[in-house]
Amino acid sequence: MTTDSSHDGVVHHAPGEHHDHDHDHHGPAYGLMRWITTTNHKDIGSLYLWFSLIMFFIGGAMALVIRAELFQPGIQIVDPMFFNSMTTMHALVMIFGVVMPAFVGLANWMIPMMIGAPDMALPRLNNWSFWIMPFAFAILLSTLFMDSGGPAGGWTLYPPLSLQMGDSFAFVIFAIHFMGISSVMGSINIVATIFNMRAPGVTFMKMPMFVWTWLITAYLLIATIPVLAGAVTMLLTDRYFGTSFFSAAGGGDPVMFQHIFWFFGHPEVYILILPAFGIISSIIPTFARKPLFGYDSMVYATASIAFLSFIVWAHHMFTTGMPLAGSLFFMMSTMLISVPTGVKVFNWVATMWRGAMTFETPMLFAIGFVIMFTIGGLSGLMLAITPADIQYHDTYFVVAHFHYVLVPGAIYSIMAATYYWIPKWTGNMYDETLGKWHFWISTVFVNVLFFPMHFVGLAGMNRRIPDYSLQFADWNMVASIGAFGFGFSQLLFVWIVIKCVRGGKQATDEVWEGARGLEWTVPSPAPYHTFETAPDITKYAVR
Amino acid sequence: MTTTDHSVPTPAPLRHLMRLLVGSCALLPALAIAGWDELNMPVGVTDLSADVHGLHMRIFYVCCAIGAAVFGVMIVSMFLHRKSRGVKPATFHESTKVEIVWTVVPLLILVAMAVPAAKVLIKMEDFSDSEMSIKVTGYQWRWHYDYLDEGIAFYSALDAEQNLARQRGADDALEQFGDTYLREVDNELVVPTGVKIRFLNTAADVIHSWWVPDLALKKDAIPGFINENWATINEPGVYNGKCAELCGRDHGFMPIVVRAVTPEEFQVWADEKRAETLAAIETQHDPRDLPTLLAQGESVYGANCSTCHQAEGQGIPGMFPAIAGSDIATGDIDAHVAMVLHGVDGTPMNAWSGALTDAEIAAVVTYQRNAFGNDTGDSVQPLDVRAARSTALNAATEFDMGVTQ
Amino acid sequence: MSSTGANAYYVPHAARWPIVGSIGLFVFFWGFANWLNDRPLGKETFFLGAIVLVVMMFGWFGDVIRESESGTYNNQVDTSFRMCMMWFIFSEVMFFAAFFGALFYARTFSGPWIGGDGGGGAPVTNELLYQGFSYVWPTNGPSSLGGDFQQMGWFGLPLINTLLLLTSGVTCTIAHHAIQHGDRKKMVRWLGATVALGFIFVGLQAYEYYHAYHGLNLKMSSGIYGSTFFMLTGFHGFHVTMGAIMLLVVMLRGMKSHFTAKNHFAFEAAAWYWHFVDVVWLGLFIFVYLL
Ligand code: HEA
Ligand code: HEA
Ligand code: HEC
Ligand code: CUA
Ligand SMILES: [Cu+2]
Repeated sequence: MTTDSSHDGVVHHAPGEHHDHDHDHHGPAYGLMRWITTTNHKDIGSLYLWFSLIMFFIGGAMALVIRAELFQPGIQIVDPMFFNSMTTMHALVMIFGVVMPAFVGLANWMIPMMIGAPDMALPRLNNWSFWIMPFAFAILLSTLFMDSGGPAGGWTLYPPLSLQMGDSFAFVIFAIHFMGISSVMGSINIVATIFNMRAPGVTFMKMPMFVWTWLITAYLLIATIPVLAGAVTMLLTDRYFGTSFFSAAGGGDPVMFQHIFWFFGHPEVYILILPAFGIISSIIPTFARKPLFGYDSMVYATASIAFLSFIVWAHHMFTTGMPLAGSLFFMMSTMLISVPTGVKVFNWVATMWRGAMTFETPMLFAIGFVIMFTIGGLSGLMLAITPADIQYHDTYFVVAHFHYVLVPGAIYSIMAATYYWIPKWTGNMYDETLGKWHFWISTVFVNVLFFPMHFVGLAGMNRRIPDYSLQFADWNMVASIGAFGFGFSQLLFVWIVIKCVRGGKQATDEVWEGARGLEWTVPSPAPYHTFETAPDITKYAVR
Repeated sequence: MTTTDHSVPTPAPLRHLMRLLVGSCALLPALAIAGWDELNMPVGVTDLSADVHGLHMRIFYVCCAIGAAVFGVMIVSMFLHRKSRGVKPATFHESTKVEIVWTVVPLLILVAMAVPAAKVLIKMEDFSDSEMSIKVTGYQWRWHYDYLDEGIAFYSALDAEQNLARQRGADDALEQFGDTYLREVDNELVVPTGVKIRFLNTAADVIHSWWVPDLALKKDAIPGFINENWATINEPGVYNGKCAELCGRDHGFMPIVVRAVTPEEFQVWADEKRAETLAAIETQHDPRDLPTLLAQGESVYGANCSTCHQAEGQGIPGMFPAIAGSDIATGDIDAHVAMVLHGVDGTPMNAWSGALTDAEIAAVVTYQRNAFGNDTGDSVQPLDVRAARSTALNAATEFDMGVTQ
Repeated sequence: MSSTGANAYYVPHAARWPIVGSIGLFVFFWGFANWLNDRPLGKETFFLGAIVLVVMMFGWFGDVIRESESGTYNNQVDTSFRMCMMWFIFSEVMFFAAFFGALFYARTFSGPWIGGDGGGGAPVTNELLYQGFSYVWPTNGPSSLGGDFQQMGWFGLPLINTLLLLTSGVTCTIAHHAIQHGDRKKMVRWLGATVALGFIFVGLQAYEYYHAYHGLNLKMSSGIYGSTFFMLTGFHGFHVTMGAIMLLVVMLRGMKSHFTAKNHFAFEAAAWYWHFVDVVWLGLFIFVYLL
């Protein structure tokens, strides 16, 4: 697919029409210290994004170990214990090291530009939030090299199994505390920025959806990460200080951990998707050349999802022996989430309807997102039906569900955002042809990878196993082929990004024909400091 | 991570692969050919499992319909409303009317799904009038079944031959097991058909989950708690299941086999099983010579200890200590027996007093003291273990043979 | 500085303390984990990390105080700080919520379940696994972990502590009113009283723990009661200590003539924190001691 240049969405201005606004006396410093001591939201955003990309390959390499082992029945490559720690680490790295930092990186880059702020509200704290991450992950990843091996109890860390971990246990717990500190500080910063730093006239109901979704996400983080910290602290004291929160012998209960964990864990999965919703809500109107349909209801839907996310947690625990009333309640509250989520999907479709669409790479990823996220959402809806979930639970059907919402969901939104905003970040257009290749190859393989998992799951293959019965062999082989295909096609993404950073066609300020919002009013690349004085928003469309 | 020789000979790999690739490119048609049933949730053999299957299909079709509608509109729009067709974008951006519609319609669909779901759920939770109770206890990594009314109890673990074949580096061909690979056990759970059986799930160490798809049963086995579950099996047959909750290294190797037989056959089986157990109890403390102990010990070790302490007794540094040259396995015998009986609190080394008989413990201790170069020449007799049980500081639990004598 | 206009939002540059903080936290956690596993140098590394963190805080807050005193911050910056503190406190509330949740869950669900009370598998759990065990709060579980113990009553020390904290809330508010009227001396005096009450509270709590261990045989390891009791009151005590230190620092700054009637955010932050600690205590007093 190549672009017919007369129909593409790129606005062709003569380059250099804008003078560099960077008349600042302190542009970026040079060398390593620039990055270590920076307080600039754009620098920090870039740091987060690069960090996340590196982690994506580490977490992805772990996934490939999993898929290589599952290529055939029998145990060929790794010890089952190592397999379990790959599963565990893969999830922890992907969730805490890839998706969350990538979203924070995007928030850093875009939120101040979208609301006309000079920077984040608390720039020094912002620096700290980022610079915690490499250290936290150094601790987490180092456990793989310890004699006892890495954590192998699943990312959900259910006791008593997680208490059987070797020495690495304490390191994993502290790594989680460490990342939690970063997330909470980052979120507080975002909340303060959005409340306090909007340019005059940027009212709440004028904020771009990305800002809204992040505001709500930040609240989810502030409210749930400390709960996770509490839960893992209890694990720690159960293991090292003789408490018995999770042991029946002392009057505690292992299931209590699951309740506390999922009180965090379920809002967490919306933390991994709400900013994605925001990104998609920015991209689709641009390429449909039509304002976002139902902005108000989008805001309310996001808020409802966030609210509901606090009262559905036990849908992860339908097999733990809940009272009937509990199961019924959690089934119905979970199903309810489909309604506001549906509103979002329908609004996106309505935005596309009767627009004048072009299909540049960001739009392709956005459309891929809507379709495949919906597939994942619908399987989520099936999981919500308690009697059925009792059969689905802990099978590959669940694995298929959450990868559909996470990979062609969250990850696709991050890719879409990168393609969408990278001209603004670097001042260069990325290679559109390669971008489209990236999309199509990824999309074919990601479905080859995850679609068959629905079927092996229904047919009875449970998750977190290094070996399986021969009946499941065929589709596992297919999935593994998909995994390698998808994994290696991400090298193309890295190449496209690097190529774009190093040069390319000069991007205009507006970049996309249908783009609206303050970020498109500043030069490309965005100057080191934007909006040192508040922009006059009456001149521009804020969203 | 070294890639060892593939233990599985890939049958005609190319043809295989081609079929798969073609299959995955045309997933849906391929499904129709491959036979939908093999890739779907089984209908099962209880009324409830049929209900669950029906519910599953119903919500599946609803989801397909929603998907088709949403994607259909998107595709039409992508075709019609593209700039290359020269359309001018509309400017509308809200409509309270349609927004209400697409809030209310999904709500109604949800209600239509929730009502039958609630009905099935309520049925599932009806534990009254069960005629038979079986206590199911998860261990790392096998099951213990205790027929509370019949006075029968035994352990059930992955079939020994398959257990060897599934080890890394074993070069047995998995094909020899065919469809039963990882699905066979040494002792099947035999149950009567047509009887409402109550399963009481619990665990000894970590959380397991007892799952048999054909019975639509899956419930966590949680240490320190008992969860109820029930089934009335309609048809005789063999039904496979697995442990469904991550329970450590060998979580993937904890199969379940339920053999449902007619009540008459069940009675015969139960009587035999009881007699067998009684006989074993009678002879369990008879003295044995060293070769017998070693032979038995080797198999007990292989079935129970080698997953952690490894086949050659070398352990895994930092996680599981080596038995080869271990101070305990070459030192004081009583300490060694006590270690196996009581385990070490807060470590994966569980107390084996409840899981192994005196004879088995005697055999495995003898084995550990003589294998892997620990040539101590010691031997331990079942009676010694019995003595150790009663003298131990905090008396170990009796091995539960399950037979009420 | 670039932010030329007197009213521009101050964006600091070249922040050096965060990286020190990261390294400090890294060393701290690394040491702690090693210490827990009895590995060599764990304890030493832990304390080294703690020292780095303290140094970092001195340095970082020092910078902020200097900037604040030199009038670098406008009202908007002040608002950012306020929001930061507010949501930080909220996150702390949620941390405590996890432990309160554990307490409620154990008391209303797992305890009765083990005792055979409730639907589902509860009766059979009690019958087969814990015959003869009946559940009454406080409990150390069917295995009587840690041996017989006595409950910590609410009368006596806990009640005194409640009164102390409530009083400290009042003294803190008086101090606040004082600084709002620009009376720095009065503020320092009342703050001194608040800090003193705080430290007395911590001292009494230490004594309470001593009494629990040696008089009541009530320990961390006394089953779920001991676990929830010590973790909740322990984390609270830790927060009281931190709060008292914060107030102490504010008091010392007040003595160095920091703060004006209009500009005393540090005071307010510490005071909010103090009130938060106060409210948590009330929750503790009701749910851990009284009920
Ligand atoms: C980004 C992450 C993400 C998102 C967005 C979701 C979204 C949803 N999830 Fe998922 N989920 C996970 C990540 C996510 N999940 C993860 C990681 C796990 C596994 C954790 C683990 O065990 O390791 C999991 C597990 C999980 C379970 C537990 C399964 C089990 O272990 O047994 C359940 C059960 O209810 C569930 C349900 C749902 C539902 C109902 C939604 C809904 O929000 C989906 C809503 C969307 C739609 C329904 C589609 C769009 C709507 C329309 C087109 C409107 C029309 C719809 C109707 C008429 C209803 N999820
Ligand atoms: C955002 C979250 C996220 C993402 C992006 C992914 C991405 C992927 N996941 Fe995973 N996954 C989870 C979250 C995620 N996953 C979670 C939460 C679990 C549950 C864990 C648990 O049970 O506890 C899980 C579990 C899980 C399982 C089940 C394991 C089990 O139950 O035993 C599998 C199996 O196939 C799997 C596969 C994959 C694959 C193939 C990808 C692919 O998308 C990955 C793409 C691959 C790459 C990007 C690799 C690129 C690498 C190279 C090209 C090699 C070159 C290498 C270097 C340069 C270093 N994941
Ligand atoms: C789930 C893993 C696991 C299984 C299965 C297991 N062990 Fe262990 N074993 C351990 C661990 C862990 C230790 C170390 C305990 C400690 O920290 O002291 C250990 C220690 C021992 C020791 C002491 C070794 C030494 O030198 O410290 C002996 C002897 C032993 N086990 C025997 C057995 C026997 C016999 C069996 C089988 C009947 C068995 N183990 C099964 C995990 C296991
Ligand atoms: Cu037992 Cu998994
Ligand atoms: Cu969930």
